Amino acid sequence: MRSSFLFFLILILLLGFSKSSQALAPENESCLKCHTHQTITFHNTLTKREDKRLMNPLYILDKDHFAKGVHAKFKCIDCHSADYSKYPHNADLKLEPLSTCLDCHGGDAKYASYQFEKIDTEFQKSVHFQKSGDSFTCSKCHNQHYYQAKSRNSSEVGDIVKFSNEMCMSCHSNNSKFQLISDKLKPALSQIHEWLPNQELHFLNVRCIECHTQVVDSLSVSHNILPKEKALKNCVECHSKNSMLEASLYKYKNLQSRSEIGKLNSIIKNKSYVIGAYQNIWLNYISILIFILALAGISIHVIARIIKK
Amino acid sequence: MNSENKIYFYPVWLRIWHGINGLGILMLIFTGINMQYANPGFKLMNFELAVNLHNISGILVSVSYIFFVVANLRTNNHKFYRLKFKGLFKRLQLQIEYYMSGIFKNQEPPFPLSEKRKFNPMQKVSYLLIMVVFVPGLIITGLGLLFPELIIENVYQVSGIFLTAVLHACLGFLVSIFLIVHLYVASIGKHPLNNFKSILNGYHDINGH
Repeated sequence: MRSSFLFFLILILLLGFSKSSQALAPENESCLKCHTHQTITFHNTLTKREDKRLMNPLYILDKDHFAKGVHAKFKCIDCHSADYSKYPHNADLKLEPLSTCLDCHGGDAKYASYQFEKIDTEFQKSVHFQKSGDSFTCSKCHNQHYYQAKSRNSSEVGDIVKFSNEMCMSCHSNNSKFQLISDKLKPALSQIHEWLPNQELHFLNVRCIECHTQVVDSLSVSHNILPKEKALKNCVECHSKNSMLEASLYKYKNLQSRSEIGKLNSIIKNKSYVIGAYQNIWLNYISILIFILALAGISIHVIARIIKK
Repeated sequence: MNSENKIYFYPVWLRIWHGINGLGILMLIFTGINMQYANPGFKLMNFELAVNLHNISGILVSVSYIFFVVANLRTNNHKFYRLKFKGLFKRLQLQIEYYMSGIFKNQEPPFPLSEKRKFNPMQKVSYLLIMVVFVPGLIITGLGLLFPELIIENVYQVSGIFLTAVLHACLGFLVSIFLIVHLYVASIGKHPLNNFKSILNGYHDINGH
């Protein structure tokens, strides 16, 4: 009994491992051997000794995370120089310009629906590009190693919100990354958003870009990040029957088509209650009917009272 | 004032509670409509202000509800709400018939009010329904919406907040219908303002009903 349990446990572990490493290109093993560990051991040619040093945390890759990303099947040298195969790496290699999204995806018919060119046009209007120019690359938000096309592929709105907001937070709540593009300290987000009732609930259920971008209907996710002065601060834009969220977060045509649980369930399950935005037509009809009946009853009674007085 | 026809029906604490509760509920309905039907084109007041006023009034009405329950238990007022189920349907029928036709034929009310009977059967049932089912339901769902972390996240895959909010809005709507009917029925009497005066000065004119 005990041995069969152990057998199953080992089997599950093996399956788990094979699944996570299966997606990665085998050629990457030599790179990942060092770049997935906290320490690196190498032969120091000067001291002629084996040295164990700490790996720069910025260059440590999360293998499981990478395996889930859109570029999981890539070889490291598809993007990085093949000269990295030598160790110690040549210092000049750090200066090599890395490919941007458009270098590969621009004009690519396979990804036409992603509209990379249009994203680029919108992005160039954004405050990020206006302030930092070309140095603000796509990868500042979309980490090439881990990026997942969540807003297209996930059927869970909560998942989309979390993934999207983590992109913003990777700089806006991290001083070292924030200072890559600014001399100031990161903004105090809770204080700035103090005016927002139920702040935490908003942060968990809507994306930062809901208020901080200019929505473009033809794009799945708008990329024109507005300067803070232009951010939406009018509650009724979302909290109303024609909620702006319908055009951004709840692009349901997109979500429903891939949902296996059906249209109605998908709406109820995915759509958090947004005050004002949820107006069930039947409940509205029933309430109007009850209201009219109450008023009609009262009116008839009043008339009868006047007549019989 | 203390003539034979007048009974001291509404003690000071009850009138104060009734006033606070009534004003609180009016504010809740007004701000609630503002939030439920919020739209850039429909703006009775600023949305943020409506949310804040709704929260404050909600807490006020909840506290006054607790006061109402405690005060009823500590005084004899709770006796007026005692409901006998035997023959209730018949008594309700009699009261409804009175409002529908008897009243126009100058008939005497079937359940004349006295020191022992403050409410007719219809009042008893509707007040109990409001104070035992609807208002506590609104307080519980309202507190849930004020502290969403307390709400069960999913009930059979449906958002708990969604269910709570829809229930809150439905109960709120029913209370607003009650308010309209309550105000109208209060105007039934020898003079339409008699009952309104009573709830302000405490004395009910038994001949005025």
